[in-house]
Amino acid sequence: MSNGAVILQNISKSYKTVKALTEINVSIAKGELFGFIGPDGAGKTTLFRILTTLLNPDSGTATVEGFDTVKNYKSIRNIAGYMPGRFSLYQDLTVEENLSFFASIYNTTIEENYHLIADIYKHIEPFKHRKAGKLSGGMKQKLALSCALIHKPEVLFLDEPTTGVDAVSRMEFWEMLKKLRSQGITILVSTPYMDEAALCDRVALMQNGHVMTIDTPNAIINAFPVKIYAVRSNRMFHLLNDLQSIPETEAVYRFGDVVHYLSHSKTFDPLSITRHLDSLSHTEITVNQSVPTIEDSFMLYMRKSDKFNISQHDN
Amino acid sequence: MTTERPKVIEVKHLVKKFGNFVANDNLTFDVKQGEIFGFLGANGAGKTTAIKILCGLQSPTSGEIKVAGFDVYRQTNLIKRNIGYMSQKFSLYEDLSVSQNFEFYGGIYGLSRKQIKERTSYFLEKLELTNEANKILKEIPLGWKQKLAFSVAILHHPKIVFLDEPTGGVDPVTRRQFWEMIYEAANEGITIFVTTHYMDEAEYCERVSIMVDGRIEALDTPAMLKQQYGASSMNEVFLRLARAQSAEQ
Amino acid sequence: MKGFIIKEFLHIFRDLRTMLILFGMPVVQVLLFGFAITNEINHASIAILDQAKDEVSMKITDKILSSGYFDLKAVLTHPDQIEAAFGEGVIKEVVVFEPGFGRKLEKEGKANMQIITDASDPNTANLLYNYTSGIVRDYSREMMENKTPPMQISIESNMMYNPELKGVFMFVPGTITILLMLVSAMMTSISIAREKELGTMEVLLVSPLKPFQIIIGKVLPYILLSFTNAVVILVLAFTVFGMPINGSILFLLLESILFIVMALSMGIFISTVSQTQQQAMLLSMFVLMLPTILLSGFIFPIENMPLPLQILSNIMPSKWFIIIVKSIMIKGLGITYVWKETLILLGMTLFFIGLSVKKFNIRLG
Repeated sequence: MSNGAVILQNISKSYKTVKALTEINVSIAKGELFGFIGPDGAGKTTLFRILTTLLNPDSGTATVEGFDTVKNYKSIRNIAGYMPGRFSLYQDLTVEENLSFFASIYNTTIEENYHLIADIYKHIEPFKHRKAGKLSGGMKQKLALSCALIHKPEVLFLDEPTTGVDAVSRMEFWEMLKKLRSQGITILVSTPYMDEAALCDRVALMQNGHVMTIDTPNAIINAFPVKIYAVRSNRMFHLLNDLQSIPETEAVYRFGDVVHYLSHSKTFDPLSITRHLDSLSHTEITVNQSVPTIEDSFMLYMRKSDKFNISQHDN
Repeated sequence: MTTERPKVIEVKHLVKKFGNFVANDNLTFDVKQGEIFGFLGANGAGKTTAIKILCGLQSPTSGEIKVAGFDVYRQTNLIKRNIGYMSQKFSLYEDLSVSQNFEFYGGIYGLSRKQIKERTSYFLEKLELTNEANKILKEIPLGWKQKLAFSVAILHHPKIVFLDEPTGGVDPVTRRQFWEMIYEAANEGITIFVTTHYMDEAEYCERVSIMVDGRIEALDTPAMLKQQYGASSMNEVFLRLARAQSAEQ
Repeated sequence: MKGFIIKEFLHIFRDLRTMLILFGMPVVQVLLFGFAITNEINHASIAILDQAKDEVSMKITDKILSSGYFDLKAVLTHPDQIEAAFGEGVIKEVVVFEPGFGRKLEKEGKANMQIITDASDPNTANLLYNYTSGIVRDYSREMMENKTPPMQISIESNMMYNPELKGVFMFVPGTITILLMLVSAMMTSISIAREKELGTMEVLLVSPLKPFQIIIGKVLPYILLSFTNAVVILVLAFTVFGMPINGSILFLLLESILFIVMALSMGIFISTVSQTQQQAMLLSMFVLMLPTILLSGFIFPIENMPLPLQILSNIMPSKWFIIIVKSIMIKGLGITYVWKETLILLGMTLFFIGLSVKKFNIRLG
């Protein structure tokens, strides 16, 4: 995929003692909605800063629309739209003033590119004389996205746009992203919310500066190597410990209102769960095979390799 | 669970106004001892204001509110001594060592040197961090910091601990370990009052309240709420409630 | 560019705190000084040594005492008593009329009086002298109206303990310097650091704006505001303190602009090395304000400093600016006399502009 919109080759970056990124290789196609999924400290922000030319990598090369992030940074700055992790608008300026300021630094105007942001901006236009600092979380997000879009970028970098935002605003935000993708804009988005991975074309699961896997959400789920059983009983609070004592246990963890049970045995019989719990005087036991989610996969990758594990202590 | 546990938070007709704006519109609810109470709501629904009032940081406009048995109008100092608080933002001191953080907060809550020592070693052992006690907090991985922050918040064994989005940005494994700590604390009788944007965590709570536009629109066990709204997950319940609101606007 | 400058002005005008520092502070600072001094003068204790005791000397004494500024604490009879009168520290001024004052004035058209002040407090001494001599001048102007041969009362000033009266004329030039430094350097460094703290700097850097465009956009509004400030201070100094502007006002304003640009470039430099507003504020305080106050000669005369500090004071831009302002305002000198100082300031300005453009990173960190 040499004609990718964004290509990262062997990108590594360290701060003083911390290794933020290790040998990252990703190629993102034009028009793709690509997600970097991982918790804080996974290296998502560093990655975005390298791609938006704000940081230079220690080693490796990265290109955006064919422009090298180190040598041709000026060209990238003309075609990239960027929404940093923190709310980065001027709180003391109104909605309209913010938008027209960001239009002006790219030598354009709101009128000229209104059609690009119309879908998003129309939600907040009634409040255009309100100061940005006084907007609700969801509205701030829409304004920030409008500001990042106003100069008609070819590639859009959204660093944790939904962090700290409630579930409703998050959903609306993803609907907006889907519309943007249909306009042909390449979108890179990072998020710590695993459930948002399903909304991307492809995702990279990241942890501790490593990319654990890259694929479509479906392929990642289909590659899940073992069966997951969703277990329920009348004694949910004891369920976790009680399941752990089954000899074939690979992993047990809470998942919403059920407990996910994974076995390392290929010949595992789910009836043994019921029998085991029964013997420990659980009642109302239900055991159903469950479709894995990205979150299940993420935890599996974390367990598979120590280097992805956050609990590893670097002394 | 059949025996009726005492109420540690009693809120009757709590109203908080800022000028014409009603941030909390007649909230009424109780939280029992050792309960894990999920306090959900969209951004700007009034959660933060309510928590500030319950922690004794802000006075309500009207209403009868008791926290840990104390009145929020007149006994804020007693309330503060009997609660713990932790948020994603309010973390520990990055430039102090792990044990120094424990000492500092233990000192604030008036624990004796001996008590601080005992409890610090108890928590560090539980977190398997005994060898890192003298490490500066900066060098501790993020997931551990959250767990340490929680330990510090319950160091003085408060009656209630308020957790404001404690797991934001934390990886799924650590998030679950964190919830195990919450269960353990609740088991010891500490009441947990928690906000979160992760809807799967709402399922981990005993009861959940959902605030919309300053009011409590729903309050029940996750199972009952799902049944009531015909939803398969708390996420659906939340979306249904909060979306109805934004459609109204 | 235009959009940037408009935005910057909006920030300034919407922030009450900034507005207060920008416009409130200079006025308050200058007026505070004024009030502090007038308060002391209201009931200054003086003594009179009238060796003439005639109609004219009595009339002048009456005028002085009825002005309300002075309280008569002692009537002296012999010059030897003057020293002792000051010795107690209560009496701040002694007015001396020479023997035969009125007669001399009548006959020779000229008589001498002496105003001796306790200049250990130079500001008060100077003000007392100005008030008293003002009253005497008023009186002689009244007299002149109906007497044809012009008469002249010559007043001899004698500042005891601190004859050169250091520090008095330093006040206004020093205040201008400090305020310009504060407004220009501190405000710009804080406003740039604020963009970093808010994260908006990231967005600006990712845009095609060039570093010098960002810098000019941030700085231009502050040049205008600082300049307005300089004018306000000068007007206040002129009206409230009767500070003379003997030299060319245009030249003084041009030098002020040079100093403002210098301070702004220092501000930008500070912002390049600080990440938060708080850091920028502290750095401005310690790197700019304290040395400006302590080492520029504003409060402590440079000649009295130990040699290492004297040498150090040479790298303080404010030292040179204070010299320039004093030369223009008090001595009425022009560029031919202060070209050296101007050149030094210019050099420093270029140095800091160069440094900050170079340090102003095109990337983060």
